[in-house]
Amino acid sequence: MTFNPNLILPEIYQFLVIAMLFIQSIGSPKMRTKVGPLLPIAAALGVVVAVVSVGAQGLVFWDSYRVDHLSQFFKAAIAIGFFITVLNATRQPTLDKEKTTDYFLFLALSAWGLMLLSSAVELITMYLALELSSYSLYTLIAVRAKSKDAAEAGIKYILFGAVATALALYGFSYILAGMHTTYLVELVKGDWSFAASPMAVIGMSLFLIGMFYKLALFPFHFWCPDVYEGTSNETAAFVATLPKLGAIVILIRLATMFKPGYDITTMLAVLGALSMTFGNLAALVQTDVKRILGYSSVAHAGYIMIGLVSGTPEGLAAASFYALAYVAMNLTCFWVVSRVSVDGRNLKLKDLDGLHKRAPALAFALAVGAFALVGLPPMAGFMGKLFLFSAGWNHGYNWLIIIAGLNTAISIYYYLGLVRHAYTKDADDESPLPDTSSFSLVGAGLLSVLVLALGLMPSSVFDLALGAGGSLLP
Amino acid sequence: MQEVAYPILTSLVFFPLVAAFGLFFFRGDSAVRIYTLIVSVIELLLSIPLFMGFKLGSAEFQFMERMDWVKQWGIEYYLGTDGISFLMVVLTIVVLPLCVLCSWSYIKTRVKEFHFCLLFMTAACVGVFTSLDLVLFYVFWEAMLIPMYLLIAVWGGPEKKYASLKFFLYTLAGSALLLVAIVAFRIAGGTFAIPELMEKTFSFGFQFWAFLALALAFAIKVPMFPFHTWLPAAHVQAPTAGSVILASVLLKMGTYGFLRFNLPLTPAASVYFAPMMIAISVASIIYGGAVALGQNDIKKVIAYSSVSHMGFVTLGIFLFNLHGLEGALFQMLNHGIVTGGLFMMIGAIYERSHSRDIYDNLGLGKYMPAYMGFWGLFALSSFGFPGTNSFVGEILVFIGAFEQNPWIGACLVPGAMIAAAYMLRISLKLAWGRPSTWKGWKDLNLREWTYLAIPAVFVFYIGLAPALTFKVMDASLIKLQNDVHTKSQAVSIDDERPLDMAWNSIKNIVK
Repeated sequence: MTFNPNLILPEIYQFLVIAMLFIQSIGSPKMRTKVGPLLPIAAALGVVVAVVSVGAQGLVFWDSYRVDHLSQFFKAAIAIGFFITVLNATRQPTLDKEKTTDYFLFLALSAWGLMLLSSAVELITMYLALELSSYSLYTLIAVRAKSKDAAEAGIKYILFGAVATALALYGFSYILAGMHTTYLVELVKGDWSFAASPMAVIGMSLFLIGMFYKLALFPFHFWCPDVYEGTSNETAAFVATLPKLGAIVILIRLATMFKPGYDITTMLAVLGALSMTFGNLAALVQTDVKRILGYSSVAHAGYIMIGLVSGTPEGLAAASFYALAYVAMNLTCFWVVSRVSVDGRNLKLKDLDGLHKRAPALAFALAVGAFALVGLPPMAGFMGKLFLFSAGWNHGYNWLIIIAGLNTAISIYYYLGLVRHAYTKDADDESPLPDTSSFSLVGAGLLSVLVLALGLMPSSVFDLALGAGGSLLP
Repeated sequence: MQEVAYPILTSLVFFPLVAAFGLFFFRGDSAVRIYTLIVSVIELLLSIPLFMGFKLGSAEFQFMERMDWVKQWGIEYYLGTDGISFLMVVLTIVVLPLCVLCSWSYIKTRVKEFHFCLLFMTAACVGVFTSLDLVLFYVFWEAMLIPMYLLIAVWGGPEKKYASLKFFLYTLAGSALLLVAIVAFRIAGGTFAIPELMEKTFSFGFQFWAFLALALAFAIKVPMFPFHTWLPAAHVQAPTAGSVILASVLLKMGTYGFLRFNLPLTPAASVYFAPMMIAISVASIIYGGAVALGQNDIKKVIAYSSVSHMGFVTLGIFLFNLHGLEGALFQMLNHGIVTGGLFMMIGAIYERSHSRDIYDNLGLGKYMPAYMGFWGLFALSSFGFPGTNSFVGEILVFIGAFEQNPWIGACLVPGAMIAAAYMLRISLKLAWGRPSTWKGWKDLNLREWTYLAIPAVFVFYIGLAPALTFKVMDASLIKLQNDVHTKSQAVSIDDERPLDMAWNSIKNIVK
């Protein structure tokens, strides 16, 4: 094996960042509290590194680690997401000063795990990468353990996560028994219909549960709203976005095995339909902003299934594009949530009242993010949905697309609720002033521009996504 | 395609949008109003080349602009106009300055945002009427919801929140399936480009479902009975300019959708569903009129009358003869002018009396003769008095209906009579009722004269000399009628019974 370090530059860079944070975290207490502007700059450099290595291709680590268009696309997305979440988390009101470095250490570690996940093409490697990113998150969520909710959320996340990964590992043993290999390249060649290899299909279904858990797909979503509610806004912004990317990239790799018509593909489609319907209906009655976003993410996990079950390069590309769009629009909403909640408390819908007067730029960003999540043009969510629908139509799952269309209609109500509170209601005088520093406004502005740009000029990004999705299917 | 020095349609779409961002550099409400007025006049000037270059008697799309947008999916930036959309574009552009003028003293809070919404709205509306790509159309179609929502929700009346939410939910829910239909057209026809899709013939089973998905979205927008319930709420709560845009432009998008998509793309299904659409249209005409008759809120009267008038339009469309189509398009234009005018008048009187109840505004004839003069003109036109513009449209729909089937024609007679009844009832009270709360209101000022005179001129011009309007629309409508005729014959529906076919389609979808 010839090992070419150029292939895994983003991972190496991220590891260096982690190493620096580690050194800092074992230093003197004074040193530990200082993250300062250096980490965001380092994360920004990470984006540059990831974007530069978008074209890299090759196999490393005994063919268990594949650097291709797909992995590089997702690594770039993860790097961008990491940069934004780090930026977002630098002003975290509920975090103990002493824990700052540890917090960022685990954040970086989790992102690193996700990067590894996007290149893993062998089941054990996938499993390890998944665990790496999960364990860091288990810690992160409990960091705010002074609050009871945070402790509950942490425990819930760990317990659910442990069960999910245990099932995944169990399923993995079935796959190994049924197909005699752990390499995806070999697995793809097998017949994945239930009649031909029942054991492997059951194993794969169990293995998928681990991914569904990360993705918060129905019925493995129970942790999601509670965890969002229990963690700090900034941590929730991370948990709600980046791990989804990791799960989606794995699902895209696995989706190449599932031809439309297979039982396992139909199962994915049915879960998708249930997930979007359940998520949207549950979100209708929520009043906590983070819970709304939590259920909305359950619904969005369902939408992404359309691309995965279509069995075409366009479908996989659409899923990749939608994943990126989802991260961008969700981060926009979370950015606003974090900035409005200056004291770190959980926002209720009524806390958003009159936001347009208190912070017009934040209100606008919130509107952009919410309308994008609805799928209203000209925002990113619309293009993403259009791509998903176009890719999925006529591949045997037309009913899924009709359900998705109807679901869009349901979801309008609660997304519009965010905008309605921000724009048409008047604020109480007691509500604390949101953070309107230039840091906050520039961030909101840039994120809105990103969401609008993905909607108005999706061509070049979709080209990348198509390269990513197309590299997997003939 | 004619040679033009610059992309006219793009400039018409994007000039207001770009200009809207210019608003942020202005301080002071008057400056904002004057700036927006200037922008709207420039927009009018920008449309002059459209008039100069439009080829009468041509059924082709004109002023086409085409380039790639999302190449991977064949989504294009594709604009063009024909005889059908040309009139709608003109209507939209003419309405903009009127809206600015009629909100001059009406809007006192958040003036800058209000005008931003107006300009954004205009851009999106012109975009809807000129898009020749399904996705581009959908983008403008939905984008227009946001400013309209804000117009109602922020500057509306006491129940604005309820009304705006209802408006948004109804219309967006309607268009959720429109998106699915658009995708289905792309897969079945291989392109998003509307002119190319028009050339294709789809199977009846496909047309059946596509028609229903499209029709739901458009019927809500029109709005047709029984999807109309958002309209009175939205109209009554919206500020004057919002009502004007809603009545003049937004409702037309629904009927425009029928003309642009349902008829040419799903001709066989349109013929198949025509009896149902005609029945709903007649129901809208009678129902809208009957409810209007019982209202005391002037705005509600006009709102319900819109349901009735738009019923004439959808009826004309689904008669499939030339008179019906001409009448429909004429009524789209006329309703835009007359109802817009009436809403502006209601705004003017509301500024004086702070009430829209008829009984608070009795007896204006003696003190505000100019106001009553305009009101009388628009009211007469509204129920189709000969010599006014609506007469031309209504009579065409009547002729078309009688040509098609005397019974349909007979059904329209009570509709027309009810229209006269509610319009005369309210005009009578306004003009000669005995005022109880007279506070010495002044008659129309120069600004009000200006924004009322413009639609008044159109009332007479189209009413007395409709020839030019005919020339603009006829070629496109004749082509449309022929297309529907030939293409609906090309697809046979006789060998399949409709219920079996519906069942099979469901089975195919579920399979």
